[in-house]
Amino acid sequence: VVEGLALLDLGVSPYSGAIFHETPLIIYLFHFLIEYAELVFMITDVLTAVALYLAIQDFNKVVFKKQKLLIELDKYAPDVAELIRTPMEMHYIPLKVALFYLLNPYTVMSCVAKSTCAINNTVIAFFILATIKGSAFLSAVFLALATYQSLYPLTLFAPALLYLLQRQFIPIKLKSKSFWLYTMQYAALYLCSLVVIICLSFFLLNSWDFIPSVYGFILSVPDLTPNIGLFWYFFAEMFEHFSLFFVCVFQINVFFYTIPLAIKLKEHPMFFMFVQIAIISIFKSYPTVGDIALYMAFLPVWSHLYRFLRNIFILSCVLIVCSLLFPVLWHLWIYAGSANSNFYYAITLTFNIGQILLISDYFYAFLRREYYLTHGLHLTRPDGTEAMLVLK
Amino acid sequence: LTQGFWRTQAWGQPPLQAPAGAELWVWFQPTVTNVDKAWKELSNVLSGIFCASLNFIDSTNTVTPTASFKPLGLANGTDHHLLRYAVLPREVVCTENLTPWKKLLPCGSKAGLAVLLKAERLFHSSYHSQAVHIRPVCRDASCLAVSWELRQTLTVVFDTFSSGQGKKDWSLFKMFSRTLTDTCPLASQSKVYVDISPKNKEKELLEVTPTPASVHEAIVQGDKRTYAVYDLLSPSLFNTSRSLNVQLKWKRPQDSSELPTPVLHAQRYVSGYGLQTGEISTLIYNTHPYRAFPVILLETVPWYLRLYVHTLTIITKGKENKPSYIHYQPAQDRRRPHLLEMLIQLPANSVTKITIQFERALLKWTEYPPDPNHGFYVSSSVLSALVPSISAMKNMDVEQSPLFTSLFPSSDGSSYFVRLYTEPLLVNLPTPDFSMPYNVICLTCTVVAVCYGSFYNLLTRTFHVEEPSRGGLAKRLANVIRKFRGVPPL
Repeated sequence: VVEGLALLDLGVSPYSGAIFHETPLIIYLFHFLIEYAELVFMITDVLTAVALYLAIQDFNKVVFKKQKLLIELDKYAPDVAELIRTPMEMHYIPLKVALFYLLNPYTVMSCVAKSTCAINNTVIAFFILATIKGSAFLSAVFLALATYQSLYPLTLFAPALLYLLQRQFIPIKLKSKSFWLYTMQYAALYLCSLVVIICLSFFLLNSWDFIPSVYGFILSVPDLTPNIGLFWYFFAEMFEHFSLFFVCVFQINVFFYTIPLAIKLKEHPMFFMFVQIAIISIFKSYPTVGDIALYMAFLPVWSHLYRFLRNIFILSCVLIVCSLLFPVLWHLWIYAGSANSNFYYAITLTFNIGQILLISDYFYAFLRREYYLTHGLHLTRPDGTEAMLVLK
Repeated sequence: LTQGFWRTQAWGQPPLQAPAGAELWVWFQPTVTNVDKAWKELSNVLSGIFCASLNFIDSTNTVTPTASFKPLGLANGTDHHLLRYAVLPREVVCTENLTPWKKLLPCGSKAGLAVLLKAERLFHSSYHSQAVHIRPVCRDASCLAVSWELRQTLTVVFDTFSSGQGKKDWSLFKMFSRTLTDTCPLASQSKVYVDISPKNKEKELLEVTPTPASVHEAIVQGDKRTYAVYDLLSPSLFNTSRSLNVQLKWKRPQDSSELPTPVLHAQRYVSGYGLQTGEISTLIYNTHPYRAFPVILLETVPWYLRLYVHTLTIITKGKENKPSYIHYQPAQDRRRPHLLEMLIQLPANSVTKITIQFERALLKWTEYPPDPNHGFYVSSSVLSALVPSISAMKNMDVEQSPLFTSLFPSSDGSSYFVRLYTEPLLVNLPTPDFSMPYNVICLTCTVVAVCYGSFYNLLTRTFHVEEPSRGGLAKRLANVIRKFRGVPPL
């Protein structure tokens, strides 16, 4: 960003080179705030934590109301008393979420590095707050801002829509007219805000240069600087002939989990939002630890799933060890010269496998709890012996 | 085409400096419509003529400078879009490049001065630079018609100190293992100038044989020099002996050769550790005692060293020095290099330090040369300046000594034009493991498949109570044995 501002001072478009890939609104923002950069990033982190606190507070109320409704409707099996959530247990969850975000070493690292990912996290946190509060307009505006900065929050449109439909008590049936009406309204709000923001950016710098520099860059992955993701080494070692094919495959990989997840998790849009944010953080073209910090902040919301998690110990060990090994092997490759790129790449692989298994473990635990809620906790086979639950 | 680097500290001011490797700059005529296409064709044609790999000149190493170059000769160009400049720092010069250069001479290497140019002696040197210059000139003094002038220059530095048993005496025979026997019949002028300038006003320090027919005095590059002239066309030269072997002997042994420090000289180096970042520093020295003058610095840095222009600092005598003109064109990945042109005012008797930081990019594995750990070359930066001369110069008559004036032109009595080049840099980039393409593709796709597989399972399958299974073969066998033992079955 500093380089972009210096290029503007020299009279050269910041997008004429290959170093600056942020949006024009960020340049405009930092044109005034560059002197107080540390303060800005600390404030954005605090804002994110506050937004998450308020959002989860509201969300807990919604969860409790829904649980009460389902108990009255007798949807739950009789012996699931220990799985029912109580207000006492849910009291400290918003505080835990805010603290999980603020005290996460990844957040601290992101703040010290002054990474613009923190601004992206703030916008997404405000989007979640607006969605939970039920304001479709604000939710669409914040989602448009988040999409404008990095393309991938586009996939968060589906969980937000499902949540708002649920809140308005509109049934999610493809033939229902009210469903389509609301969807069209929300989509129109979102697209209009996006168009307005992009046109505003055009008028800021008087050119459309930013579109290939920001979105073309995110989609075509030309810069292979090593990061914690999977893309850089893959495209560094790719045969030229297949480069376009694999770029398309990797980009589609981020987007195509949305529809199946929407079908499976249409009753639970918040969990869908969590899984979607996690998938974006793992598979986006230039991931950073700030993105990981955002979805990890949500883990206290699902702390009641702890008893159903299968591999949580191993996965936390994998994630902690990999986070510690990242700087060590980077130093060995780049500065000491005694390791080569394969060492760092291996840690990238392991770290991403750890994250993927963490998310799928939470997904498994969530689905399992749902099954127990409706079918009872102590399952017996027809002959009376204890039954095993299996995924078939 | 240049092999080696001119060591200004040891050899003094160069007559015509060139950067290491191959350098090509062309100012196209305004009638050319597609300059890039013409540039590509020209570099390929020249590559064929001179047997040099000039065909590697493409958009990733071509720049369009805006201030450092002006069209030579009669041209009156101001449109910088017609100018192209490229350097290939990794280019090696060898006999195959010298042979077509010699073929361009009217008599080739069969008669005249060019008989001295034998490849095995010319390449046994510390510095070798050959060049071809083409420019439009007036055909005569009235300038009614325009001709094309082809000028070929060859600069060689022989290290006779090491080969001459510690004595600095030289002769044409010792250097070239040939002597001059006759002139080229097509030549209208053929002269040999030997610099016999006395140092520190001491005469009789050196002796030149055979005695020169005339002595020429001129102010060249700011100081007064005396040249012994041998005119090969004059009939008296080859009267006594069939061959001309110019010899120079020093009367007294030279303990310390104090060459005058040139008014403008520069150095460049890269600093930093590790393969992530680095810093390019350029030091420009102005040793003139009381005159300040501006210098234009042109830096071309390849795209894979990402320059950060906000880290550009220019420090002179401890204070910041702001350039009066700065033109920066950032690089685009795999398409064009960085171009930084600055007009910097150098105060008298000062050292100016220009630093800029960069980040090293990771390239795709096919973009590395076969020896990737050798490093990547950054071409020399170009310094162009009108240096004020210490002694006043007078305009020389072009008609009388056309060769001399074309080599040391002096348009204005008080300053002379100098184009200097700094050292090329060698920078290492982080390398991926070149033996691993299949492994990397398989492993990364495995990780993506793990995610896809887990999500596919969780999305398409539902929980069921497990059916009691009859058990595998081992279980049935164990049950049979248990029945024999009278123990309850598994």
